[in-house]
Amino acid sequence: MSHFTEAGLARWHAREHRREAIFQVVGALVVFTAMLMLAVLLTKILLDGFARLGWDFFAQSSSRFADRAGVKVALVGSFYLMILTALIAVPIGVGAAIYLEEFAKRNWWTRLIEINITNLAGVPSIIYGLLGLQVFVRTLSMDRSLIAGACTLALLILPVIITAAREGLRTVPNSLRYGSLALGATQWQTVRYTVLPVAMPSILTGVILALSRAIGETAPLLVIGAYVYLTRLPEGLTSPFTTLPVQIYDWISRPQAAFHENAAAGIIVLLALLLTLNAAAIYLRNRYQKRLAI
Amino acid sequence: MALKSANSTEVTQAVVRMPTASARKRVRWEERIVRVFLFLCAALSVLTTSAIVFILFSQSLGFFRKASVVEFLTGTEWAPLFNPPAYGVLPLVTGTLLTSLIAMLVAGPMGLLVAVYLSEYASPRLRRVVKPVLEVLAGIPTVVYGYFALTFVTPLLQKFIPGLEGFNALSAGLVMGIMILPTVASLSEDALYAVPNSLRYGSLALGATRFQTTWGVVVPAAMSGISASFILGVARAVGETMIVAIAAGQQANFTFNPLRAVETMTTYIVRIAMGDVSYGSPEYYSLFAVGLLLFLITLALNLISEAVRRRYKGARA
Repeated sequence: MSHFTEAGLARWHAREHRREAIFQVVGALVVFTAMLMLAVLLTKILLDGFARLGWDFFAQSSSRFADRAGVKVALVGSFYLMILTALIAVPIGVGAAIYLEEFAKRNWWTRLIEINITNLAGVPSIIYGLLGLQVFVRTLSMDRSLIAGACTLALLILPVIITAAREGLRTVPNSLRYGSLALGATQWQTVRYTVLPVAMPSILTGVILALSRAIGETAPLLVIGAYVYLTRLPEGLTSPFTTLPVQIYDWISRPQAAFHENAAAGIIVLLALLLTLNAAAIYLRNRYQKRLAI
Repeated sequence: MALKSANSTEVTQAVVRMPTASARKRVRWEERIVRVFLFLCAALSVLTTSAIVFILFSQSLGFFRKASVVEFLTGTEWAPLFNPPAYGVLPLVTGTLLTSLIAMLVAGPMGLLVAVYLSEYASPRLRRVVKPVLEVLAGIPTVVYGYFALTFVTPLLQKFIPGLEGFNALSAGLVMGIMILPTVASLSEDALYAVPNSLRYGSLALGATRFQTTWGVVVPAAMSGISASFILGVARAVGETMIVAIAAGQQANFTFNPLRAVETMTTYIVRIAMGDVSYGSPEYYSLFAVGLLLFLITLALNLISEAVRRRYKGARA
């Protein structure tokens, strides 16, 4: 072949160099484009919504008039819903993780649970909405209430919490377990007094990330019947509720530009909330990593 | 070492408590109760899956008393609320396929290129910047992407494409692609990262360039992991709700024209569920029939993705 002549080899080198250079540029461009998307998205939302942010926006609730509408009820609803979801999902999720990591024997039943959790993580969130609609709203007659929403979201984020908690438990070295057991502690005492305290920061990190997913969820809440127009704060577990993403969706789906402005402002509030949660998670993670490194 | 000092006091407490017979009895009981509780926590996940399957099937029965399965799966008109009603789900399926396809045309190539570039070319410093950006993109709620598609991408595209409707499959699909990009990129990168360096060195030692090594050796070696990430991306696109509900319109058109409004399976569920359906009505049952189809499709995609990944793990060992 021509590769074996001097000129052919030179041509081959030149071509390969060109290819290499072209791919370097293409790859860099694609990475840059992905980052540009984020920048454009954030800029667009800030430009649209920033002017609308003000004290009024936080003090007002749903209204037919765009300039009198605010996020008060939605923000409080999101907050309550997050707390309730955490109260349900965290004990169950961490409990399941402890069972799988510390107690379960390696048999078909354990494998079934594991495969099952993996598959649950892949179920679209809207299917959880249908589950919540039939089980919590209808069968258990919770109606379109805060508690029905919290139960639905808790089931939705359970796989995420279980996986994160298992990873946290796995970072605890076995020497600690053996030490505790050798002192005569039972298995549960070992978990409770030795393993959990060590694993706690990384479990908490996972929990916060799971909750930040729950807070941004819209579809399952729309399906179980979160209210899109609400002027009263939720008073108890059975109160009707709305959340920030649901309120934002309602504003987006209205044709008037003024409501779109509200939506953008609502999105800024939502993103700020998520940023705070993620910052907390990163802080915990870094502190934990430092402690292990010493 | 710091670990020990942080927990030594608690460990001591546990030991000191042991001696008396009654205390020992109590500890045994506590142990048993806790075990049962923990077991129930883990079993709840199995119960959840069973409940999903049971509810989707049992409620769909109500729907299939009215519509035949054949009509459901082959009919090209979807109008369960009209009189006479039409129960062909294909318009919702093509709507879902169309938006997912557009999304994957963005997320597939871009995700792979980002993964390859980050894994094989980028400096550690660039990786430290890009990876958090991808994480942020992955963490943005989908309702935010929906707003972006409707108020930015659609008006922008309308300047270049005259026939583009206000609600259309194209911009919803494109933005959904951006949403899925981090999933595809980070899973593909994991697969590339798992390729042992000996393969790269071998290829480079034979005189191959970095480009040839990357595309001729590393990418093929990671192919099953990359395929798995693509399939998972499709599953996410099929199950995605808010972007299409906001930007793709809510009309069940039987079309593959990306410039038109379409309705996906997820969008239909949201639209009907929001409209105060009465319990036990045909609309109510139709939610679950469409949900069942959606569930089966995403389940199949997830299982395939898992199987592909497992084969790749086996090959490595």
